[in-house]
Amino acid sequence: MKKSSFSVRAKKDFRRNRNLYLLVLPVLAFYIIFHYKPMYGAVIAFKDYSPGLGIGKSPWVGFDNFIRFFSGPYFGRLIRNTLLLSLYNLLFGFPAPIVLALLLNEVRNKKFKSLTQTITYLPHFISMIVVTGMITNFCMSNGLFNDIIVFFGGERSPLLQNPRLYRTIYVASSIWQEVGWGSIIYLSALSGVDAQLYEAASIDGAGKWKQLLHVTLPGISPTIITMLILKMGSLMSLGYEKTILLYNAATYETADIISSYIYRVGLVDQDWSYSTAIGLLNSVINCILLVLTNRLSKKISDTSLW
Amino acid sequence: MKIKRSRGERIFAVVNYVILTVIMLMCLYPVWYVVMASFSDSNLLMQHSGLLFRTAGFSTDAYVKVFKNPMLLRGYGNTLFILVVGVFLDIVMTSLGAYFLSRKNVMFQKPIMMLIMITMFFSGGMIPFYLTLKDLHLTKTLWGLIIPFMISTYNMIILRTSFSSLPESLIEAAQIDGASHFKILAKVVLPLSKAILAVMVLYYGVGIWNAWFWASAIIRDREQYPLQVILREILLQNDVGSMSTGVSVADQEAVGMTIKYATIVVATFPILCIYPFLQKYFTKGVMIGAVKE
Repeated sequence: MKKSSFSVRAKKDFRRNRNLYLLVLPVLAFYIIFHYKPMYGAVIAFKDYSPGLGIGKSPWVGFDNFIRFFSGPYFGRLIRNTLLLSLYNLLFGFPAPIVLALLLNEVRNKKFKSLTQTITYLPHFISMIVVTGMITNFCMSNGLFNDIIVFFGGERSPLLQNPRLYRTIYVASSIWQEVGWGSIIYLSALSGVDAQLYEAASIDGAGKWKQLLHVTLPGISPTIITMLILKMGSLMSLGYEKTILLYNAATYETADIISSYIYRVGLVDQDWSYSTAIGLLNSVINCILLVLTNRLSKKISDTSLW
Repeated sequence: MKIKRSRGERIFAVVNYVILTVIMLMCLYPVWYVVMASFSDSNLLMQHSGLLFRTAGFSTDAYVKVFKNPMLLRGYGNTLFILVVGVFLDIVMTSLGAYFLSRKNVMFQKPIMMLIMITMFFSGGMIPFYLTLKDLHLTKTLWGLIIPFMISTYNMIILRTSFSSLPESLIEAAQIDGASHFKILAKVVLPLSKAILAVMVLYYGVGIWNAWFWASAIIRDREQYPLQVILREILLQNDVGSMSTGVSVADQEAVGMTIKYATIVVATFPILCIYPFLQKYFTKGVMIGAVKE
């Protein structure tokens, strides 16, 4: 009974919306070919893939590739580096755009405000290649940063060869590039805070600081929490692009993260099954993290992504 | 009526302006340094130490060398090809998807939406994606940098949000007139969405302009390298050799430095030039993207 009613409804729907489904067909094909086919391809994580045999005929090896990763020499280092870099990014990079937005929100001079916005958004549009190219040049022994270090009485050294400085360079340059762009979303949240609340607070004798604590921050807290969930959910999914442009063999011990390792064993060493296994593991962890942080924030604050 | 501000508020305002000015300078200075260094005399630049507020000497040698480099121009050409063809296809595909998702009373819309959303959270990973491109013979060709990247799900959701906010009556009226969905999309929806389409063009455009990873992974023929891959060779792999021929070995490092800075300027100039005029479109996309359903 139910099944026939479903097929009747489906038939009716197809008749009515046929053109609409035709319209979306290329989009569906795109997702199936470039997203779902690779998802199926990820089964090579459980195989010993060789291109000659193809995905189907390559022999199964169970969890061998995963075990190899867990017992390999780099497992601990990769997890530590990924988490630490993400945490530093979160600790310093997350509040920065909020603070910038709060400061910008207090500016009365419209021209000054828009000039500041234009200039702080600018680095976001500079390509990663150029940004890392600039960092590399500035960090060389005769580069700008060393000139400044010498000015303050330090000694010259190739900064990018120093594993202890790597995280600082990575995080600081990320803040430089994204602080302005990241503030946009908070600025729009700030403009949504009811002006009457400020008036009421100031009539009650609340100063700037009290207004910030009791009006502004509660007003934008849903935005802050949403952004925080997204960040927490992606703690383990730090991208490889910046890392593989900035790191070198001398800094692997602090710089090498899961995604850059996936790239190195996959595309450079062509150890395809092994690389896919690590990628799959990483992907699963990311999903779990996102679901957990989302559930947590639902409980704490009634804010969630879905 | 002018509201008199308290002493504390005035001090805060001044401090605020100072802090923001410092932030501005910090964002701008590296770019300023690069531009000044690129127009500097290479030997004077080498001798110079510390911050650079104006050019050290003046020379356009580096730019002459950069523009004589055939690879850089080649890269520019390849990137322009990917940009024009890519952005066009991206917009077409993204509009099709967004239009479908913005329609009401479509039975299989929800499952299709799910199918699409899942890909934002889960992917097959780098190698399976690479092997897919290989199977489809999309490696070793510029099409491999266009077709597999036609739709950004994030952009499509933004566009759908915008399409959904158009008055439903307009679309119904067109349907009553017997217009097909394709016609409604092309003649009603898209013309009414020019602002958001500008946002899409910019997002896809900047993305393509700055993309380098997959190009470096799948393109083998140097003649097909897009600009960013050429830049990577020059800036990060230190390949300035071909441009500093005829220079004594002692001067090579100095000349290489100005060449690098000039290259950065040449490659970034287009974006930095158009960006201030288009800023409002860029920020608009962020706001729409932030709207939850």
